[in-house]
Amino acid sequence: MEMPKPNPDILRRKDVVLRRLQQVLPEDAVIHDPAETRAYECDALTAYRCPPMLAVLPSTTSEVSDVLRICNEEGVPVVPRGSGTSLAGGALPTADSVILGIARMNDVLETDYDNRFIRVQTGRTNLSVTGAVEEDDFFYAPDPSSQLACAIAGNIGMNSGGAHCLKYGVTTNNLLGVTMVMMDGSVVEIGGAHLDAGGLDLLGVVCGSEGQLGVVTEATLRILRKPEGARPVLMGFDDNEVAGQCVSDIIKSGILPVAIEFMDTLCIKACENFAQAGYPDCHALLIVEVEGSEAEIDYQLSKIIEIAKRHNPVELRESQSAEESAKIWLGRKSAFGAMGQMNDYMCLDGTIPVSALPQVLRRIGELSEEYGLPVGNVFHAGDGNMHPLILFDANKPGDLEKCEAFGADILKLCVDVGGCLTGEHGVGIEKRDLMSHQYAPADLEAQMAVKDVFDPNWLLNPAKVFPLDVSQPRRDARIAAE
Amino acid sequence: MKPRTEAELAETVAGLQDPVRISGGGTRGIGGPEMTIETGGLSGITLYEPGALTIVAQAGTPVAEIEAALEAEGQQLAFEPMDHRGLLGTNGAPTIGGVVAANISGPRRIQAGACRDFLLGVRYVDGKGQVVKNGGRVMKNVTGYDLVKLMGGSWGTLGVLTEVSLKVLPKPQAVATLAVRVADGSRAVGALSAALKSPFEVSGAAFDPQDGHALLRIEGFADSVAYRVGQLKSVLAEYGDVAERDGSAEIWQAIRDVSVFHGHEGDVWRISVKPSDAPGIAARLGADQTLFDWGGGLIWALVRKGDDLRARLGAFDGHATLVRAAAETVEALGRFQPESAGIQALTQGIRQRFDPRGLFNPGLMG
Repeated sequence: MEMPKPNPDILRRKDVVLRRLQQVLPEDAVIHDPAETRAYECDALTAYRCPPMLAVLPSTTSEVSDVLRICNEEGVPVVPRGSGTSLAGGALPTADSVILGIARMNDVLETDYDNRFIRVQTGRTNLSVTGAVEEDDFFYAPDPSSQLACAIAGNIGMNSGGAHCLKYGVTTNNLLGVTMVMMDGSVVEIGGAHLDAGGLDLLGVVCGSEGQLGVVTEATLRILRKPEGARPVLMGFDDNEVAGQCVSDIIKSGILPVAIEFMDTLCIKACENFAQAGYPDCHALLIVEVEGSEAEIDYQLSKIIEIAKRHNPVELRESQSAEESAKIWLGRKSAFGAMGQMNDYMCLDGTIPVSALPQVLRRIGELSEEYGLPVGNVFHAGDGNMHPLILFDANKPGDLEKCEAFGADILKLCVDVGGCLTGEHGVGIEKRDLMSHQYAPADLEAQMAVKDVFDPNWLLNPAKVFPLDVSQPRRDARIAAE
Repeated sequence: MKPRTEAELAETVAGLQDPVRISGGGTRGIGGPEMTIETGGLSGITLYEPGALTIVAQAGTPVAEIEAALEAEGQQLAFEPMDHRGLLGTNGAPTIGGVVAANISGPRRIQAGACRDFLLGVRYVDGKGQVVKNGGRVMKNVTGYDLVKLMGGSWGTLGVLTEVSLKVLPKPQAVATLAVRVADGSRAVGALSAALKSPFEVSGAAFDPQDGHALLRIEGFADSVAYRVGQLKSVLAEYGDVAERDGSAEIWQAIRDVSVFHGHEGDVWRISVKPSDAPGIAARLGADQTLFDWGGGLIWALVRKGDDLRARLGAFDGHATLVRAAAETVEALGRFQPESAGIQALTQGIRQRFDPRGLFNPGLMG
């Protein structure tokens, strides 16, 4: 993966930048020792690493504002970082950049059940937002698999999803307002506790902009009352295509499950070995979860089971207890860990129209043979968001490159059948150079025009999202201006 | 001008010398230049996959055509777009492009989300006459910046929509409405809020002060609706007498379209607020009539013609939109809430880049 060459002029001025940052931040909030900046050299896409020039850990919006103003004046790129769990390299530094870590800003600022929102500092982790309201039977709906660690800041940056977004939507559908610091240090408020921010939907643009438009320090999030109960049913099929048809039939029947998860043979075996979830030995496994009162759950599950039976499942098991439900989900939620025990893996995130599922799975199987790399499929079937996991050996020369080429082929396939490169992980550096496959030059130009408005010098989270050659004229203009 | 293809539209825009009004069915009363680009020539459902809960249609497709197609499969546009014709006294057929451009959502917005939450993809022609696409037709898509949201609710000021993709949802099997007799707006919002924070999923929460009842809609499978109606009756008992009301479809359509204002003289404002602020704000409006939707989060107000309602409100958390008034009033007060300097700089910057010649619906959004 190519990254732009660090600007030698910035590296030369490291001491000046450091001194200025030290003037506005507490001593322990500025990290400059190379042994310590190394801690920020990568995110969860660990194949790519580059220590930043400096890292800062501000504690207030005003400190964030000072940092950005100084970096803007000095022409230093800034890489915002939540918890560093991006699978797309969204928080990968460049050698001439300052990492702006938001982790110290993790307070709950306001909880309002009557108006059903919570306002938090964005360094707070996803799960601890729910943690703050759980005692009162409320929850924050988006539930990315990394929810124990990932920060709301990163969720907003990537517009994160999760297993339950078929019913509750993704981050953008649960975000009501933000406090955002612009690259010049000015602070803007967008939205709030009311619905549908007036004027242009800037909130919608900021969410999912991968930290390239501003640094969101506070967020107003919609919280929901917990349903009375939830219960999954597990079903196994001998054929991927039949499982895909079953998903489509469930959705068409008028039932809207909160989650429909799909796993193929390789994943089923890996998860079973890892978590002993009691998964059957079959080609395709579905976990379908519904919510509501006991009676509602019974009704919906009986309809779902009726539909499943028409497709001759090899296994059909309705959870009988909370323990059994937890076990069923544990298998699914440990899928990435389980695959990781088998080998190094690369996790993809393309989305496809649900109807293209059989075709795409077949083609992935063929590609797997061609490349000689095994691939397991686990995904959110209700919304077509796939997570093919390609296994490779990082210590074997050439394997990573082969894996990347295989991954690129799968993502192009997703686009070609009417889907997209990434459903919830974001583009980052990982899918940056594939953007031209999904978007024509005018489409990319329109997106970059938005960046021009928010960050005219192109200093925020550089070299992400847009193909390097496409963004080059803009980045060059910045360097020439210095 | 009524182009029949996207390419023709692009060519038309490229050749424009003067500003134009962008019009779907012309039912939302936006005003603007005489010269009009009508999107009605771009009509028809391009793709509908009930099993994937997605529909793609050209921007000029009548909403009625889309609703009929969905109805046939037992599905619906869950955000329940308002029909403005009764309130504004307009004619014509509302189009899906108009709904999207104005981000029009009805009572179900509090539970299911707004139009923009269901918008999966757009194609549009920008002010340079270029065709641009963003998003697509899948439910989860974070590929690049979300210009889909930006175009939704931009009232045609950033580009002319040519095609939109939307997520659709199953139509509920059964619907019930509960009416709680309440003394005033504050008791009403209390009741609505109690229902909305219960686990018994409410899909409509409104209050018509003239009628004196807080109204709640419960939808889903028949047994589930019956069960939740029962549970909600006990939750709401402390706020006043609770009774079921027949005619749910008509009740909620009337709230959606603000029917209580139809045929009444005066300017109409639409105010988005934090629900618990609603009673206090409504009291300050000096309105002839109000209607609360979204659990109090949306106040419709009918005021004396030419009244500067924003001046009377002063600073508040939310925004007020002038929906119906004489052209001079709209000109004087502005249709949309003025923005902070920081936000204004961003929106002007975006507008300048998407429509550098200022061609589309000039002045509509400031």
